[in-house]
Amino acid sequence: MDLEFYQTLWFVLWGVLWAGYLALDGFDLGAGSLLYVLGKSDQERRAIYQSIGPFWDGNEVWLITAGGATFAAFPTAYAVMFSSLYTPLLLLLFALIIRGVAVEYRNKYESPTWRNLWDIAFFVGSLAPALLLGVFFANLFKGIPIDEKGILQTNLLGLLHPYALLGGILFVFCFATHGALWLALRAPEPLASRSASLAKITWAITFVLTGFFLLISGFFTNIWQNFKNYPILSIVPILMICTYLLVPVFIRSAKYLHAWIFSALTIVLFTAWGMIGLFPNLLPSSIDPAYSLTIYNSSSSLLTLKIMTIVAVIFVPVVLLYTYWAYKTFSYRLSKEEVSY
Amino acid sequence: MDVLLASRLQFAVAAGFHFLFVPLTLGLSVLTAIFQTLWLKTGDEDYRRAARFWGKLFLINFGLGVVTGITLEFQFGTNWRFYSQYVGDIFGSLLAIEATLAFFLESTFIAVWWFGWNRINPKIHTLAIWLTAIASNLSALWILLANGWMQNPVGYVIREGRAELADFWAVLTNSFAWWQFLHTVPAAFVLSGFFVLGVSAWHILRKNELTFFKKSFRIAAIWTVIFSLYLIVEGHIHGAEVARVQPTKLAAMEAHWETEKGAGWVLFAIPDEENERNLVEFIKIPKVLSLLAYHDPNAEVKGLKEWPKEERPPVAWTFWAFRIMVGLGFLFGLLSILAYLARNNPEKSPRLLKVLLWNIPLPYVAAQAGWIVAEVGRQPWIVYGLMKTKDAVSPLSSVQVGISLPAFIIVYGILGIICFWLIAYHAKKGPEKVSEIPSELVTKTNK
Repeated sequence: MDLEFYQTLWFVLWGVLWAGYLALDGFDLGAGSLLYVLGKSDQERRAIYQSIGPFWDGNEVWLITAGGATFAAFPTAYAVMFSSLYTPLLLLLFALIIRGVAVEYRNKYESPTWRNLWDIAFFVGSLAPALLLGVFFANLFKGIPIDEKGILQTNLLGLLHPYALLGGILFVFCFATHGALWLALRAPEPLASRSASLAKITWAITFVLTGFFLLISGFFTNIWQNFKNYPILSIVPILMICTYLLVPVFIRSAKYLHAWIFSALTIVLFTAWGMIGLFPNLLPSSIDPAYSLTIYNSSSSLLTLKIMTIVAVIFVPVVLLYTYWAYKTFSYRLSKEEVSY
Repeated sequence: MDVLLASRLQFAVAAGFHFLFVPLTLGLSVLTAIFQTLWLKTGDEDYRRAARFWGKLFLINFGLGVVTGITLEFQFGTNWRFYSQYVGDIFGSLLAIEATLAFFLESTFIAVWWFGWNRINPKIHTLAIWLTAIASNLSALWILLANGWMQNPVGYVIREGRAELADFWAVLTNSFAWWQFLHTVPAAFVLSGFFVLGVSAWHILRKNELTFFKKSFRIAAIWTVIFSLYLIVEGHIHGAEVARVQPTKLAAMEAHWETEKGAGWVLFAIPDEENERNLVEFIKIPKVLSLLAYHDPNAEVKGLKEWPKEERPPVAWTFWAFRIMVGLGFLFGLLSILAYLARNNPEKSPRLLKVLLWNIPLPYVAAQAGWIVAEVGRQPWIVYGLMKTKDAVSPLSSVQVGISLPAFIIVYGILGIICFWLIAYHAKKGPEKVSEIPSELVTKTNK
C-alpha cells in the first residue's frame, strides 16, 4: 500500500493515542485538581491518592507514547510543535514531574508538614496540566502563527488568547467531572457520595462550556470545514453530546462505573471531533495555510511507517489487554481500613 | 546566554540527573524479583521481607526515574529541533517502540506489584515484579539502540536532507549499540549490587536484623562479583569497539595527539588542547595503547592532530572521565571479590563493611563518568560523522533557555536531595517486622 494510506493511518493512530491519554490521565488529573474541594481531612486526601495510585503512572505513558508516535511518524511536526510551544510544554513537564513525585512520596514519611507540601504539589501539578492541555489543543485547532520555516512569530502571551483559555477551562471542568466520577466509584464513603454530588454540578458546567466551545470554534477556527464538506461526519459531535447527556442519568441511578465510562467516551469523541476537524493538518499555521504542517509534508518514510504499523498491530492489543486486567483488578471500592495503612 | 550552550547544559543536566535513578531501577528491580522468588520457593519469611524492603527503596528511586524520563523525550523536540527533523525517521521510531513495548509494561506491573500484595495470587504477584524488571531492562535496550545509532549510524540513507531508514535490521543489530547495552546494564547491576551491600553493611555493623541483612548481603555479594568482573572484560572489548568506530573519541579518551605505530599508553596526563600536546605525562608504557585498542602492539593509532581542531571532542573531559570510570571499575572488581569472600560471615569483617558503606556513591560517579565519555567524547557530533551538535539546536530565544536551564537545576536539585534523603531514611529504618505486615496478607500467603 502507498505512503498516503500509512500517513492517514498514523494520523488516526495519533488521534487514538491522544484520545487514550485524555480519557485515562484525565480522571487522575481531575481527581488531583479536586484534592482540596473533596478531601476534607488528611484521611480523605489520602483516599484520593489511593484511588488513582495504581493507575496514574500507566496513564501518563499514553502521553509519552503520543509524543513518541509524533516523533516517529511525523518528525517534522514533532520538531516544530515542541520547539514552538517550548514554554507551555516545559510548564506541563514541570507540573507532571512534581505531581508524580508527590504521589509517590506523600505517604512515605510521617509528618503533617511533609504531607501538606506534597498536597500542594499534587494539586498544582494536577490542575496545571489540565489547563495547559486545553490551551494546547485549542491552539492546535486554531493554528499557531508559524512562518514558512516553521518559526513561531509570537510569544507565550500570544498563545493565551481567549479561545485557548476557554479550551483550558473546559478541560479543567471536564477532567474534574471525570475524576469526581472515578472517586464516586472507588473512594470510601462519605467521600464517594460527595464526589457524586459534585460531579453533577461540574458536569453541568462542562456541558455548557462544551456547547459554547463547539459553537465558537466555528468563528475562531476552521475545525468545522471538514464537517461541512462531509456532513455524515457530524455523527461524531452529535454522538458526543448524547454520551455526555447520559452521564447525569447514570449518576442519579448510582451507576458510577457507567457514568465514568460515558464520560470517558465523551472525551474520546471530543478528541475524534478535533482530529477530524484538523485532518490532514497536524499543526495548522494561522499565518498562511500553505505553511501548515500536514501529514503529507511532515511524515516519516514509508518503511518507518510500515515498521511502526507492525509494532502497533502486535503490541497495542497486548497493552490494552493487560491494562484492562489491571483496571479490573484494582478498580474495587477502597475500604476505610485500606486507606489508613 | 548562548542558546546552544544553554541547551547543551540543559540536556546534560536532564540526562545526567535521569541517570542517577536509572541504574538502581535496572538492578534493584531484578534483585527484588530474586528475593521474592526465593521466598516463593523456600517460604522463608526473611525473603518476603527482603522483597518488600528493597522493593520499597526501588520504588522511591523509580518515581524520580519515571518523571525525569518524560523530560528527555520532550527535550529532543523542544531544544534539538533540527536534530529531531533530521533523525526522526529512525531515532523517533526507536523511542516510540520503547514506549509501546516497555513503558506500559513497566508502569502497569510495578503498580500491580506494589498494590497487589494482599490482593492477588503470590505467583502472579511475583510474575509482576519480574515483568517490571524485564520491562525496565527492555527499555534500556531500546534507548541504547537509539543512542547507539547516534554513536554509530547504520542502516540509513540521506534523502531530502534527512536520514531515512533503509535497513531496520541493521539498526537492530548495530554492534556498537549492543556493546553499549552489554556495558550499561551490567554496570547498573553493579551499582545496585553495591547499593544492597552498602545498606546491608550499615545494618550488620549495628547488629541490626543480622540474619535478615546477612541473607541480603550474601546474594548481593554473589551478584556483584559476577557483574564487576564481567565488566572489566567487557569494558576492554567495548573500548576496542570505540577504537574501530569512533577514532576521535578513542584519541580523546587517551589524550593521544600524534598518529603513530606502536603507540604508548599513558596512565595520567594533563592535556593542553590549545597547544595540541600533553603538559605532563605520568607513567607511559610503550606499545600498550596499540595493543589495547587493536590487539597488536605495532598497530597504528590515529592521534587527535589527524582531525581539524573543530572536529575534536573536549580532550580533558573525555580523558579524565574515562580514567575515573576505569579506575573505579577496577576498584569495584577488587571490592566485589572481598565482599564475595566475606559473604557468609560479613560481620567478621567490620573494616570491609565500612568501606562498602562509603562505597555506595562511587558507582554513581562511575556511571556519570561513563556517560561523559560516551556523550562528550562524541562531540562535536550529535550524530557521529553526520550532524554537528551546533546545527541541531532549536531556534529559541536566549530568554527561554535562560529561564528553563536554572529552573531545571533548581527543581531537579531539590527533588534529588529529597529522593536520596528518603531512600536513606527508609534504608536506615530497616525491614518491617513480620507482625507489621498487614494480617490479611499473611493469611493469604500461608494458604
